[in-house]
Amino acid sequence: MILLRRTAVLAASLAAASAAVFAACAVLPGDTATVLLGDHADPASVAALRHRLGTDRPLTAQYAGWAGALLRGDLGVSPVSRLPVAAQIGDRLEVTLSLALLGTLAAVALAVPLGVLAAAHHRRPLGAAASVLGQAGMAVPAFAAGILLAYVFAVRLRVLPAGGYVPFLADPGEWLRHLVLPALALGLVQGSVLSRYVRSAVLEVMREDFVRTVRAAGSTWWGALWRHGLRNAAVPVVTVLGLQIASVLAGAIVIESVFTLPGLGQLLLRAVAGRDLILVQGTVMVLVAAVLVVNYLTDLLYLLLDPRLRTS
Amino acid sequence: MRTTGTILAGLVVAMALLSLAWTPYDPTALDPAHTLLRPSGAHPLGTDDYGRDILSMILAGARTTLYAGVVAVVVAALAGVPLGVAAGMWRGWPSDVLMRGSDLLLAFPAVLLAILLAAAFGASTATAMTAVGIATVPLFARVARAATLQVMTREYILAARAAGRRAPGVAARHVLPNIASPLLIQASAAFAIAILAEASLSYLGLGAQPPTPSWGRMLHDAQPHLFTAPRLAVWPGLAIAVAVLGFNLLGDGVRDARDLT
Repeated sequence: MILLRRTAVLAASLAAASAAVFAACAVLPGDTATVLLGDHADPASVAALRHRLGTDRPLTAQYAGWAGALLRGDLGVSPVSRLPVAAQIGDRLEVTLSLALLGTLAAVALAVPLGVLAAAHHRRPLGAAASVLGQAGMAVPAFAAGILLAYVFAVRLRVLPAGGYVPFLADPGEWLRHLVLPALALGLVQGSVLSRYVRSAVLEVMREDFVRTVRAAGSTWWGALWRHGLRNAAVPVVTVLGLQIASVLAGAIVIESVFTLPGLGQLLLRAVAGRDLILVQGTVMVLVAAVLVVNYLTDLLYLLLDPRLRTS
Repeated sequence: MRTTGTILAGLVVAMALLSLAWTPYDPTALDPAHTLLRPSGAHPLGTDDYGRDILSMILAGARTTLYAGVVAVVVAALAGVPLGVAAGMWRGWPSDVLMRGSDLLLAFPAVLLAILLAAAFGASTATAMTAVGIATVPLFARVARAATLQVMTREYILAARAAGRRAPGVAARHVLPNIASPLLIQASAAFAIAILAEASLSYLGLGAQPPTPSWGRMLHDAQPHLFTAPRLAVWPGLAIAVAVLGFNLLGDGVRDARDLT
């Protein structure tokens, strides 16, 4: 029942998002026909091309056509490059997904120890130090962290590449080597934000009655945390992690620029510059759909983590 | 913590005010004879690859940063606060629809909105920050709604209603003043987010346009010289971090002070 309702909300959100994306692209000035033919083309051929592209139809008909094809997984063909949009996105999806995934892993690997440490040493120097570290990490933009990491590890130490991408299937080792710095740059900032939520979630859980009972029975703080605290603290943390996906993808778009990674961000920036509206629509829609689907999966995940939520 | 935040944020404001009256050099003046100078008496932080004085650019960049934060927060608050208050006062399905609609915005990362707006209206600090403001609307709406729901249970609201005051009057005279402090905390955090976003968008070329001095674009311009003059990246990076840290700590400090009372 709850599953059905969440799925309906997801479908409605996707439909609303597709209308919003279409509307946003429809108000962009400078249509594709004029861009393709140049400003000095004669009006008749511009009109003919508009007709061929279908951009002379009413907006509702254009939206219906685009959204209908979208449901079948067809994102259209870019009139600028004459390549199918889905294929262009597919080529670059691996880069952005790899970066987002490794960046999230780095964020969790950073946030959990830092947040737990801050909670364990609450109101003591070590905890304050962990909090300060988190605050400092939040204040650095991901791209600046990327430039700093590139300087230290690529320019000074020369141990890692400062840019470029190797597909996973071509060479997993090189794939990882090229993604370490971008993922760290992304994870440093996301992890700092996350560590504050880990800290407050752990503090909250460790004040609960069941933890007090366990500790009264002789368990240490760390023992109670390990056996009972972490699972319970995970619920709010997973929620935040799911909500962070939007900023992870946004961060990935910027980080791709720093490390010249050929991902969706680069594709989008080029498509906007070239007024390739179909490509812009498709890319934005894929990114927004990714956010909505991840949020949906997060909802399902904490039904798994916390059985109490299943009944409500 | 609040003191540190006040000092850091105050430093940025002071830099911006100072740059209105005085900078060592014109921050936009090119000087091809003195490019990439090391720090010296004449140029305390050196010059960049166009011979511009870096100290002057950092001071003037503080203005762009504050302008960006103000635009984003004003846009977000103007749309988000009425939305949240209305959703908190009405209840029922209109409130649900409003909040679902604003939550949908959460699926649009600020950078995506900024790319779209920049394509439509041209890249500038104002368009970029309007996009960031729109992306922050749901945060203000949520805080405003949660605070309004709390306030609505108080006796003085019942009294005002019983005295026959209509909803907009209640919202303006009784709800808004009483939800001001959580909104101020949110505004401080949103200001920090906006500063980060301004830097990222200027780095991508979607924010402040040349010759407007911007810390984000300084970092962008510094990147090709990472091998030869890494110092170019240090000052703008530090400036951004100080500004963000300042406004984040300010918000945290206000919250902690409130929790104690």
